[in-house]
Amino acid sequence: MYTKKTLKHFNNPKNYGKIKDPDGIGKVGNIICGDVMWLYIKVKKDKITDIKFETFGCVAAIATSSEITELAKGKTLTDALRLGKDDIIGALGGLPPVKIHCSVLAIDALAEAIFDYLTKNKLPVSEDLIKRHEVIQKHKEVIEEKYHDWTEMEEEMHEGSNG
Amino acid sequence: MVSVMHANNEIGTINSIGEIGKICRERGIYFHTDAAQTFGKLPIDVNRLNIDLLTASAHKMYGPKGAAMLYVRTGVKIKPLLHGGGHENGLRSSTVNAPAIVGFAESVKICLQEMKQENRRLIKLRDKLIKGILKNIPDSYLNGHPAKRLPNNANFRFAYIEGEAIIMQLDALNIAASTASACSSPKLQPSHVLLACGMRPQDAHGSLRLTLGRWTTEREIGQVLKILPGVVEKLRKMSPFK
Repeated sequence: MYTKKTLKHFNNPKNYGKIKDPDGIGKVGNIICGDVMWLYIKVKKDKITDIKFETFGCVAAIATSSEITELAKGKTLTDALRLGKDDIIGALGGLPPVKIHCSVLAIDALAEAIFDYLTKNKLPVSEDLIKRHEVIQKHKEVIEEKYHDWTEMEEEMHEGSNG
Repeated sequence: MVSVMHANNEIGTINSIGEIGKICRERGIYFHTDAAQTFGKLPIDVNRLNIDLLTASAHKMYGPKGAAMLYVRTGVKIKPLLHGGGHENGLRSSTVNAPAIVGFAESVKICLQEMKQENRRLIKLRDKLIKGILKNIPDSYLNGHPAKRLPNNANFRFAYIEGEAIIMQLDALNIAASTASACSSPKLQPSHVLLACGMRPQDAHGSLRLTLGRWTTEREIGQVLKILPGVVEKLRKMSPFK
């Protein structure tokens, strides 16, 4: 089952909530599959100065969200993009095999948030990051197509909170 | 043959097996019911309910693990699955687990003696739990039938959050519960029971089952009612959906 570190992050997650006027947002996962992760970042002088998450998901999804915010905070964008799933898994002292995908989700969310920041500000995006973005989006499309009716409701639910 | 479980283990709904049995009887079809959740807990009259075959397990009624029973109506012909020594009239070859069977019989005796008052007690506690949760937690729903349900079963759905996260938070606060969420299952698939009831996968992810037993007290129900709203609120604060 889960390591002590994973449960510590789950019970006392760091940096959860929303950032007002974020410089970049990464939205990954799918509610039908049971994990949705949204990462918000603030960037100053090429560094991630603030980062927060909102996650719908299990223990591992919440713990990896919390861990990625800790790992990425204060890092330059280049260093943050070097983070891999193994950095999260290592920091948590391991994850059950069926939950490895949660660490991938966290890494993807970070990459998407950085991609969002760079494109919004018309900054150069590396080929590698473009490729990652395309793979994540492609995967999203496949699932959205499969569950079209259900995913519409996901947006509705969130919009309801702003009203 | 038709086989329908008497009550569902997950959502607690008691099925109308009497009517199903009647339909089967009229058409000359054997009717089997899995009474694992109800035997020793609810009165079962195999004649009134037109049951031809019934199975039950000892460990579901405080008996030892490793003993179960099959009721066979006189005249119903069954073939053995286990061949060999010819035990139990050749129907189930294998050395009988005598201590477990004796324990099973004793647990049946106790359950029958206590059934009426125990059910009254459980239903009171169960309904207190259900009412309290639905009243105190916004966007919470009861899964399964509101009245035709097992006295010991309460199953809920909480919008915007995930079941495994709920049970692990409760576990840390000394409350044992279970969920039908995909994340807690090895196959990462939500409960087939909830999906078959017409629930969407994202709703099935937020399910929580609380079951009561012989040793559940009113104080414990009060504790759950005190703790659960905070757990749900905490997880909702982390969720992108509100």
